[in-house]
Parts: sequence; structure tokens; C-alpha cells
Amino acid sequence: MGPETLAQVLRPLRALFHAADYPELLVGLEVADDAAVWRITDEVAVIQTLDFFTPVVDDPYLYGAIAAANAMSDVYAMGGEVALALNIAAFPKDLPPEMIAEVLRGGGEKVAEAGGVLAGGHTIDDEEPKYGLAVMGLVHPQRILTKGGARPGDALVLTKPLGVGLVATAAKGDEADPAHLAEAVASMARLNRTAARLLREAGVDALTDITGFALLGHGCEMAEKSGVRLRFDLARLPFVRGAREYADAWLFPAGTCNNETAYKPCVSFAPEIPEEVQQLLYTPETSGGLLAALRPEKVAGLLAACAAAGQECWVVGEVVEGEGVELR
Amino acid sequence: MSVYVDARGLSCPQPVILARKAIDAGQFPIEVRVETVTSRENVRRMAEKQGCTVTVETEGDEFVLTLTKE
Repeated sequence: MGPETLAQVLRPLRALFHAADYPELLVGLEVADDAAVWRITDEVAVIQTLDFFTPVVDDPYLYGAIAAANAMSDVYAMGGEVALALNIAAFPKDLPPEMIAEVLRGGGEKVAEAGGVLAGGHTIDDEEPKYGLAVMGLVHPQRILTKGGARPGDALVLTKPLGVGLVATAAKGDEADPAHLAEAVASMARLNRTAARLLREAGVDALTDITGFALLGHGCEMAEKSGVRLRFDLARLPFVRGAREYADAWLFPAGTCNNETAYKPCVSFAPEIPEEVQQLLYTPETSGGLLAALRPEKVAGLLAACAAAGQECWVVGEVVEGEGVELR
Repeated sequence: MSVYVDARGLSCPQPVILARKAIDAGQFPIEVRVETVTSRENVRRMAEKQGCTVTVETEGDEFVLTLTKE
């Protein structure tokens, strides 16, 4: 669902629940973020999130792994660690049980890799497969990271390359080079856990993950919630192999157009940036990386720690005074 | 006699892929029928990038794009 329709359908809920009535709800409702956060004690808050989608790749194991990594990413984007996960699934009646088992194994192994436990779930019959997780994470209430803390002067860093959503879309249309797809799949299946830990240790002002609303949409949200302007340098943005090529062939999914419609008023491009690159940056990502804003003096330490841990990390721009997102 | 691509009921990028295959085949004019604004815009932009001239007509809830090339 596009961001504009989403805002519309959520409107009745806004009249029902008011943040002021729920003092233990630290994040959610009026300050929508990557996940909801509920304070249990002064030491412990629960992060609650859920995500599922239709197959992004043909391989059932990898589909499960990607869906799980994507669902758990919201916990990392809030500064927490995964504790408990439940499967949410729908499968066609005639799908062989061994394929369903592979999807669930892919998801389960990801949860184990995250240090969490997969403790159950719910499955229904449906024509098109759907899989994902409801995830509970834990965080110290004083260490919650949101989209709202970016300050002018901060550097912007990104922990996965962009364009995996476009490569997966091209692959669905049989237009992708298998080597490009393999690289995108590896990126989508990678947990944001290590990246999140290194960012927490470095100390960041704002954090989010790049998924369905793409770099520009999630960037706009961070800019709005922080009351700042994000300035990205195109030359510094990393892309998976094939992404620029498939953008050139205009293989964008419908989601690109939804994001463009919703976020265009908040985005400005330098005139020399080609239209297909603009579209690429509006294209939904699946299980994308973390986008963080942090003080510039912390960047060198972060990059060194990432290099030592084998974690990719790119400085992609800066935070300035103003509003919206700028690409130059 | 024009080449006809019926891309109704397909979501992007399928209409673009079908239109692109027709362009690559080199026989013009090509008539592409789609039923969403997104598909219309994506096919139009791709075809223009390929050096085609594109005209768009609205027929009820559907759009017919005619692609020509010099």
C-alpha cells in the first residue's frame, strides 16, 4: 500500500487512541516510527513490530530468510535486540509441505542468528504465499533510537547498498542477471544486527531502516521528525550491481510511482541527476540497510569498527538546517 | 498495420517489459493498452528514453499509447 493510502486508512484509528492516555507507550501513535515501544519498567521496554510479504525470490528458504530479516530490522532500527518471534503465514493448499517447511526454516534460522526464539505462529490458506514475523524486541527505555534526533552538522551513514528491490523486481520479470540477483539476495537476507550494534556503540542521534518507502521516503520521515534537511550525495550512494542498469531499462515496480507521488513535495534533485536515478531512489527496498545520523567526529571511529567487524558502511551525506531531502 | 501490446491487468514492470520487447523487434507503430496511470507513465517514459515519440489517448478507464520512431 502506498504511503498516501496508508495515511488515509489509518485516520479512524487516530480518533480512537490518544498517546496522552497511554503514558507507557513511548513510541507509536502520534510519533509513528519503525515500531511501537512500550515501557515495562524503568529498565526495560518492549519493541513490537510485524512485517510480511509475498515472495520476493523463487527459492523458499531464501524467501523465508529475507522476510524474517526484514521483519526483525524494525527492532534494530529502534535500538533494540530481538527476543521473541512468531510466524505469520499464508500458503496455497496445493503447495508441497516440504516447500513450506523450507520457508519456515529460512525464517527460523534467521531468528536464531538474531539471538531470538521463534515460538509459534499462525498459518492460513491463501492463493498467493505470504510470510513474515511478528517480532518482540527489548530495549532500555533511555536507549531507544528514533527517526527524530538528527541535528544539523550530523553525518549520514548507510549500512547496505541500495537497489535490491529493483533487482528483485527485474528478476520477477526474468530480466535480471542471476549474478546480480544473487548479490541482491545476499544483501536482503543479511541481518541489520551487527550494523545496529556498531551504530549504538558509536552513538547516533537518529536511526531508521530503509524498506518500502525507499531512501527518499524514509529520508523524508527522518527529516520531518527531526526538523532538519537531509542532503545526500549521489556520488557516495552505494548500489548493488545491476540496479543502475535496470533503472536505465525502466523496470520499476508500481511502488516506485506511489512513493514518488507521496514524497515528491519533500524531495529536491540537482538538475543533472537523471530521471531514472531519481526513480531508483524512490523504488521500494526490501530488507534494506540502516540509515543513521551521527556527530561527524564519531564517523572515523564507526568506520574503523565496521571495517574490523566486516560490516559495510558508507558516509552518504549530511544533515543541514531546513526541511525535506536534497539529492546533489 | 500496427503492433498491438495488451498490457491490461498487468502490474509494473510487466507492461514496460512487453513494450520494450516490441520496440526491440523494430516494427512501428506500436499500440500499447494499459489501465493504470502508473503503467501509462512508466511505458511512456521508457519509450521516450528509447527515442520513440509517444502519444496517449484515454478510452474510458484505459489508456492507449502509440509509439512511433523516425
